[in-house]
Amino acid sequence: MKHQLRFTRSRSLCDMIKNVDILKYREADMKQVLLKIIENDRLTASTWLMKLEGDVSAISAPGQFIDIRLDGHFLRRPISVCDLEDGAVTIIYKVLGQGTEEMTSLVPGTTLDVLTGLGNGYDLSIAGDKPLLIGGGVGIPPLYLAAKSLVRSCSDVTVILGFNNAEEMYYVEEFKALGCDVIIATADGSYGTKGFVTDAFDGLTDPDVGFTHFYTCGPGPMLRAVYKKVYEEAGISGQISFEERMGCGFGACMGCSIKTKGGSKRVCKDGPVFRTEEILW
Amino acid sequence: MVDTKVDLCGITLDNPVIAASGTFGYGYEFAELYDINCLGTFSFKGTTLEPRYGNDVPRIAECPSGMLNSVGLQNPGVDAVIAEELPKLRKSFHKPVMANVSGFSTEEYAEVTRRLDESDMSDMIGWFEINISCPNVHGGGMSFGTDPMMAGEVVKAVRKVTEKPLIIKLSPNVTDIVAIAKACEDSGADGVSLINTLMGMRFDLKTGKPLLANITGGLSGPAVLPVALRMVYQVANSVDIPVVGMGGISSADDVLEMMMAGATAVEVGAANLTDPFACRDIITKLPHVMDKYGVKTLRSGI
Repeated sequence: MKHQLRFTRSRSLCDMIKNVDILKYREADMKQVLLKIIENDRLTASTWLMKLEGDVSAISAPGQFIDIRLDGHFLRRPISVCDLEDGAVTIIYKVLGQGTEEMTSLVPGTTLDVLTGLGNGYDLSIAGDKPLLIGGGVGIPPLYLAAKSLVRSCSDVTVILGFNNAEEMYYVEEFKALGCDVIIATADGSYGTKGFVTDAFDGLTDPDVGFTHFYTCGPGPMLRAVYKKVYEEAGISGQISFEERMGCGFGACMGCSIKTKGGSKRVCKDGPVFRTEEILW
Repeated sequence: MVDTKVDLCGITLDNPVIAASGTFGYGYEFAELYDINCLGTFSFKGTTLEPRYGNDVPRIAECPSGMLNSVGLQNPGVDAVIAEELPKLRKSFHKPVMANVSGFSTEEYAEVTRRLDESDMSDMIGWFEINISCPNVHGGGMSFGTDPMMAGEVVKAVRKVTEKPLIIKLSPNVTDIVAIAKACEDSGADGVSLINTLMGMRFDLKTGKPLLANITGGLSGPAVLPVALRMVYQVANSVDIPVVGMGGISSADDVLEMMMAGATAVEVGAANLTDPFACRDIITKLPHVMDKYGVKTLRSGI
């Protein structure tokens, strides 16, 4: 019975990528699985892409994350899902500490103990026909699977990506290949608009441009700036994916609770995606 | 065939494994993953009189073989636990549960216990675990567990409001844990559980500042196992009431070792957070490990 249910869910995810209309928010059905590394490659100086093969059927929405156990580390490493295919999941990670540093030396063929299907993920069913996706730095990956799903049903998907500089840019061509309009901002002006993602907004949030909904993920200050400009000033509702230091990753320890208008919520289980309407800064 | 059953304050547990408070919520996150009725029991999230958000984030920091937490007793408050959490738990858990009670005054401990004991969820509760050892709150919690007199007062106050077994959860952040345990026993406790987390800190090398918003946190995980074993050994040799041993247990071997130190039952905490199936797997392996070391029963100590 349980397997049947999971099978149905995994099928519905494939369907989701084909036809976004049927995507509805679902409570994550976490699974602990062994995944085999089939790719682990450097994208930029400190950003890496890892592709893992195995049972990924618990992953049911863009914006969810997986939690990887690493030898010699007590806590798992939570990392957003960037892309999903039948039997494989792609993550993009930035080297920020010892754990992610050690991940770079893992070779294809290595098997990892991974919790999959964690978090709520983005609800794409309310995207409307002209969604706006805004990603900054290491917050960009979850937007890729969202974009990949959205382009199936939306005629017009716009993506704004922010990086520190041109050297740190990644996945720009991949977003373009999906058919998205891609706008780039770099903090030092070495590519695209000089400044932050919010500096690339000029005119974009005018009512006649007609964005229907937004999705974002990135550093805290960026999220807050996007909230202010797109939700508060331009009146466009959206969904924001938060990051927090986690203990368990599946709702047990209360290590990552944040305050929302609906009371305290666990970033790992009730989030990481929250609606603009429920967020308290 | 080995016998994993143990007796804890007059209630038989199918096995000595109790999921520790604060690592198991009110049970249902884990009930989605496996049948939690395989547990000896579990101790639910530390419950206070009023709802508490807890401390600011970050609340978690990794350590060698363990972690620091400074959650700070986040919970929905005793009335919501009675009205919402326990009815939900009743659907998936059919054994007596351990009710973990925290507080900021002697009166609060007694009032939370009284409300749970008098509620229509009372039949679900097998034991009260009175947490006088939370290191992450100020003006309460651990301060009751670091002074034998104050510990005794809490026990006496709670003793008046319930007939159910009282297990007092002790802090390792003291010079003499035996003195605290004896004070609890003399004041009417039916058992003690130990150890709560050890106070610790970590710093962010980039900023030079503490990693935790609360500055300090409680250390748990395999790193604390030897400290826990030593304290359980000391206490078990000094009191006549059962000792529930905890601190860094993450395997069936650890369970056996903790019982060899004198524990009547054990709690498993941090292991649940890195491996959601930890308790289930420990319980599955326990008979094999007992067999391996020629242990036939866990009932009368090893």
